[in-house]
Amino acid sequence: MIADVHETIDTPGRASPNGAHASDDAAAGRSAQGAPSPEAAVSPAPPAPSARADELTIAGRTLRSRLLLGTGGFASLALLGEAIAASGCELVTVALRRVDPQSRGSLIDVLADAHVELLPNTAGCHTARDAVLTAHLAREAFGTDWVKLEVIGDEDTLLPDAPELLRAAEQLVDEGFVVLPYTTDDPVLARRLADVGCAAVMPLGSPIGSGMGIRNPYNIALIRQAVDVPVVLDAGIGTASDAALAMELGCDAVLAASAISRAQDPVAMAQAMRAAVQAGRLARGAGRIPRRLYATASSPDVGLPELGPA
Amino acid sequence: MISLNGQQSDVRAGETVAAALSRLNLTLDARGVAVAVDGEVVPRAQWESFALAEHARVEVLTAMQGG
Repeated sequence: MIADVHETIDTPGRASPNGAHASDDAAAGRSAQGAPSPEAAVSPAPPAPSARADELTIAGRTLRSRLLLGTGGFASLALLGEAIAASGCELVTVALRRVDPQSRGSLIDVLADAHVELLPNTAGCHTARDAVLTAHLAREAFGTDWVKLEVIGDEDTLLPDAPELLRAAEQLVDEGFVVLPYTTDDPVLARRLADVGCAAVMPLGSPIGSGMGIRNPYNIALIRQAVDVPVVLDAGIGTASDAALAMELGCDAVLAASAISRAQDPVAMAQAMRAAVQAGRLARGAGRIPRRLYATASSPDVGLPELGPA
Repeated sequence: MISLNGQQSDVRAGETVAAALSRLNLTLDARGVAVAVDGEVVPRAQWESFALAEHARVEVLTAMQGG
């Protein structure tokens, strides 16, 4: 499916053995056919990140890991702790729900032991009013003014309610919150959210928990182009290659939840996601070759021996 | 009747938020807890003094796995 939108291939006439045209095309963000490829749409690509320090900064907070973890769906708190360690993440989302006096073990304690920062979400809110109140409660509960803002507009798809989301974002920014909105893959809405002062935007690849990956890579690349704040691919990640693609498209980070917590081996998948985010980030900086319809020999013609008749 | 996390409770009008929290085995130093009464946040500093009115709806929230 992804291949459909990747059919931005060089024609044979433009192909050159040394790839000179290729770099021109990549720099212009266009193939010989004139269609942008998602990876090349944002240009120029950032310089290759050094292995030493490739940190992500959101609202003044520096993160060494570009993988964020959602804590939902883990079968136990112990498994969550192990997955956090394997993922290397430093920022995890939590939901705010009624205290259950019968519940055993404390999520707060597990997360404190893991030395991760909390990113409270407003999951389950359907109006700007509820989301704003939930953000205030989260600030009271956890002492953080960071919030992953979710305002859901549809129960079946859990897609964001754009007008309510924008309204809530504007109000929370005005009240001093660091707002990271879960948004659609619409570049215009992402820009509006950034314009009202959101610290990052978190577009979906596909619906929450669907595992369908990134359904519109062009839009994700366009969002990276449209805003100056970090872009965190949120929702829809199914496996490691989806996370790598997000980073290749120019995303600054990836948030994975169900893809890890509901995998058959969540700890192994956490490791896989960590490696995929790093690989995608490196590949993005390295600059990929363009796709071509025909082969381009990687061995020289010069010096080819004549081996006589068959 | 005062509702506590959606349930009828034995908390009576005039009792404080702190008293309501004790019904959930929570103390004033409980970590990661927030309280809303009738849709408004009650800051921790007011838990001991905030008196609940008849028919108050008290929500006591904490971190759960999610997102």
